[in-house]
Amino acid sequence: MPVSDANALLGAGDTALASPAPRMEVRGLDAFFGKVHAVKDVSMAIPEHRVTAIIGPSGCGKSTFLRTLNRMHETIPTAYIRGTVHLDGEDIYAPGVDAVSVRRHVGMVFQRPTAFPTMSIRGNVAAGLGVLRAVGERFDVEERVEEALRRAALWDEVKDRLDASALGLSGGQQQRLCIARALAMEPGVLLLDEPTASLDPISTEKVEALVHQLRDGVTVVIVTHNMEQAARVSDQTAFFLHGEMVELSPTSDLFTRPRDSRTEAYITGRFG
Amino acid sequence: MSTGLSARTSLRRRFVNGFMLSLTWIAAVLATLPLLFVLFYLLEKGVTSLNWAFFTHLPHPPSMPGGGAANAIVGTLVIVAGASVLGVPVGIGAGIYLAERKGAPLAVFVRFLADVLNGLPSIVMGIFAWELVVVPMGHFSALAGALALGAMMIPTVTRTTEEMVRVVPSPLREAALALGYTQWRTSLRIVLPTALAGILTGVLVALARIAGETAPLLFTAFGNDFWSLSMNQPIAALPLQIFNYAISPYDDWHAQAWAGALVLIALVLVISLLARAATRSGFARASE
Repeated sequence: MPVSDANALLGAGDTALASPAPRMEVRGLDAFFGKVHAVKDVSMAIPEHRVTAIIGPSGCGKSTFLRTLNRMHETIPTAYIRGTVHLDGEDIYAPGVDAVSVRRHVGMVFQRPTAFPTMSIRGNVAAGLGVLRAVGERFDVEERVEEALRRAALWDEVKDRLDASALGLSGGQQQRLCIARALAMEPGVLLLDEPTASLDPISTEKVEALVHQLRDGVTVVIVTHNMEQAARVSDQTAFFLHGEMVELSPTSDLFTRPRDSRTEAYITGRFG
Repeated sequence: MSTGLSARTSLRRRFVNGFMLSLTWIAAVLATLPLLFVLFYLLEKGVTSLNWAFFTHLPHPPSMPGGGAANAIVGTLVIVAGASVLGVPVGIGAGIYLAERKGAPLAVFVRFLADVLNGLPSIVMGIFAWELVVVPMGHFSALAGALALGAMMIPTVTRTTEEMVRVVPSPLREAALALGYTQWRTSLRIVLPTALAGILTGVLVALARIAGETAPLLFTAFGNDFWSLSMNQPIAALPLQIFNYAISPYDDWHAQAWAGALVLIALVLVISLLARAATRSGFARASE
């Protein structure tokens, strides 16, 4: 009740005024592959319950940046970072923080569907739950699986064949299965790395609609090379070029009145 | 004019083509001839001495006709099973290591050693097991034979596991890591099951190879004319039995040796067919 009172004072639904607290905060982040400087001095606040899109031409460092947010970057030999990334106020790169536990809180979905080929649909969604169990969480697996599949808008399509192989699903269904698998972990943040790049238009539309719904329960960061997609699904958009973040603006502003001339050149199709 | 020229060229080309094709055809037939000869010869010589008693009776002394090689058949199975228990886990573990840490100095070294081990004469493997097990124990044993054969399995299993683990798409690994899997959990729960059909093929190929080995068993398992299932005692094995019977002066035993050879080759054939079936089912699943 006090929350809605506060919202009423600020003007209900006015996101510009009731700007939510940042779920993640990146400061002065540099990412390297050996000597290659892939991400240069990026600082960004990622607000809770919002969709943040990252756009830019191929090789601009947008995927690398995304992979620093759940410490997947460092799984590549010779890769390292400088700077800080805070998740709910805690530096995920602080000494003593386990990268594996960071990834339980920050889920990720990749460009191509990565359904585990030897597992059933149910097995895929529950694949990460054993990890949670190992750290002492207690829950009903069946409930978690159903809830995750419902949130991923896949439940109705697969509820009668949960024990069938996940490879029997279409590409779009497999991608939503991967989203369900990530959601089953109940992460605070969900990272999507060009999630529709390998999908047909209809599947793409379903995934986009899903992303839009998801932000009520989870903070989403989506990397996309498709500007229309960024415009459709996100609340704020960052434009990356040559490893630098050129501009971070509310999505409607970035696409209608970009502040930087390079952003304008990119969104009007003059390069990239 | 031009048509005449091209006709002659094409005639010449067709002749060379036909000639070369026949050469490769002959080479292909020659390559399979030894196997066919061995099979026919074995069938001819072996089938006549193959009977129920061969599978159920113990060997008879040379003065008594009849008898069988039941203990040798079971002995071979015991040694091969023992070898698998020793060789398969080590081979799979090493293969996963080589695949996941391909560039590490230790991996390069281990890969080189595995290749050397693969080319090692099998009798040397026997000496190794003799030195390591027979000498300290003071007597021959099934364990020593299993160790010699198990060590021979390791390089084959290691290299096939490495190849099969490497072809597991790396996005699957990444997806598991992104779920909060540790490295070893990823290997064990995701990578290994995905590569399993291929690894199984490697294990069966290694089994087929060692099942017929004689030299490593000569001074390890040694052979035994009586029933024994103990890993701690000398044990009979088909290849040993064939060897001993073949060099004996008795016609009866020669016949038994032929029968033994036939059973052994049938065993190896069955394992090889299983390996092919495993590969095929794996491919079917991967391409689904």
